[in-house]
Amino acid sequence: MEQPAIHVRNLRKCFRKRNGFRKTSELWAIDDVSFSVAKGETYGLLGPNGSGKSSLIRVLSTLLIADSGRVKMLGYSLPEDQEQVRRIIGRVSVDAAFYKKLSARENLLYTALLYGQKARDAERRAINILEQLGMENSKFSTPLEEMSRGMQQKISIARALVLNPPLLLLDEPTTGLDPKSRRDVQSFLEDLRRREGTTILLTTHDMAEAQRLCARIGFLAHGKLVAEGTTKDLIRRAGAETLDDAFIALTGEELIEEELVAVEE
Amino acid sequence: METTMRQTWAFLFRGYHLTRRYIGWVIVFNFYALVTSATVALIGVAAGNYQLTLTLVVGALLWNYLSSLYNEIAMSIAYERWEGTLEYTFMAPVSRLIHLLGVSLYSLLNSIATSLIVLAGLVFFTNLNLRGANLFGVLIVVMVSTLAFVGLGLIAAVFPVMSAERGAEATHIFQGSLLLVSGVYYPIEVLPKWMQPLSAVSPATYTLSACRKLFGVGISGSTPELLAGAPLSAVTRELLILALMGAVLLPLGLWIFVRIEAWAKRAGKLKRTG
Repeated sequence: MEQPAIHVRNLRKCFRKRNGFRKTSELWAIDDVSFSVAKGETYGLLGPNGSGKSSLIRVLSTLLIADSGRVKMLGYSLPEDQEQVRRIIGRVSVDAAFYKKLSARENLLYTALLYGQKARDAERRAINILEQLGMENSKFSTPLEEMSRGMQQKISIARALVLNPPLLLLDEPTTGLDPKSRRDVQSFLEDLRRREGTTILLTTHDMAEAQRLCARIGFLAHGKLVAEGTTKDLIRRAGAETLDDAFIALTGEELIEEELVAVEE
Repeated sequence: METTMRQTWAFLFRGYHLTRRYIGWVIVFNFYALVTSATVALIGVAAGNYQLTLTLVVGALLWNYLSSLYNEIAMSIAYERWEGTLEYTFMAPVSRLIHLLGVSLYSLLNSIATSLIVLAGLVFFTNLNLRGANLFGVLIVVMVSTLAFVGLGLIAAVFPVMSAERGAEATHIFQGSLLLVSGVYYPIEVLPKWMQPLSAVSPATYTLSACRKLFGVGISGSTPELLAGAPLSAVTRELLILALMGAVLLPLGLWIFVRIEAWAKRAGKLKRTG
């Protein structure tokens, strides 16, 4: 049997926050989570704010060290093989973090150089990706601060893809985008998976997006993976009519919930 | 090797383009550095004492260089926190040694440029004649002390890793303390007695002491027309101490940085703030 691209077993991460003198509170951001993603599969993690989606992505991105559990990505273990893992992942976060004064070109070339790539090759690839995402060539030299959120997010996706990674970690990549930009990004991701066989782990609030892009979906609530399967499986298991209803039935929560905010700051 | 070169170049590339995009602020900061240095040096001119002028010029020039170097390295992490790019730098397959080397190289070039501007301004305002000064010796001392200051910058750079809010404040407090105890503009002996031993742990103390001798400050043969700069052998003690400080502070800075980074990843402190 082929090794999964992402293999997570009994992963746990607790954040402790000091509340006054000698008092601390604990929040389990990731609570005994296990799942696997096959090579070339798009796997979706659905959950409200504070459910642990971003913490999970950050563990897989080598930015957060878990308290316990096992993570293997294309055969590399975390945190031991973090240098190798960094070479095989691309990440897009919900906030398009860039040097806002620099142009798209400068930001992308900086990233490519940081990964040891040739600037000229990276530039060609970046232009190609941005064209596919529906961006005009002329925007390549525009400072990021003069771009809309949608455009910035497209640059963010281009930054992850210019590295040509076999694993893509997307943390709410379409949150805050207008419908046209959202559709552009979704079509691009579908095409990328088909063309390159890229494995994609996607976190989202958007049921329609999850249904469209993901072969399988996991429901996260309070740091726990409460259910996973195909859209049909989940709807059938919950005895619901839609994925939205299935989520509420299986997690007891709605996706708009905002009361649990991770204490990572 | 090629990969390492490209990764090091990435930080110079980033620094160059950020300087270009923030050119207005770069001009303002350099102007401010020049004016503050000149106003301090002009105190010596007003007193009609070329030895005092030379003391102040050396202090202003070297402090500009050393503090700029320290500040650029120490604040590089804070800038990345504010931009939100720190996670992406830490996620890249670049060793911390190359990362910090790249940052330090850019800071060094930046500091040299600022120092040349300040030097030109100081010579213009004070009309100081540097003939007879041991400028080669000064260059050697500055090169050796650069290592110690890069090490201090690396140590201070961990503060913004630990806390986005308090980290930048801590680096400035540390920098201010160095200014106070290192005898930049006055002899250490004028400091309160209990504070004077602190000057012994600042590399700037030895840099300034050595460079003043090499410029001919306090040397009987010096005249306004021809300075009697000391030979390099006269500052062997300072050079050895600076070399030792560099040898300790550089690896120590890197070691502390790597450990604090691991701690920040366990505690979840890398998240974007600001």
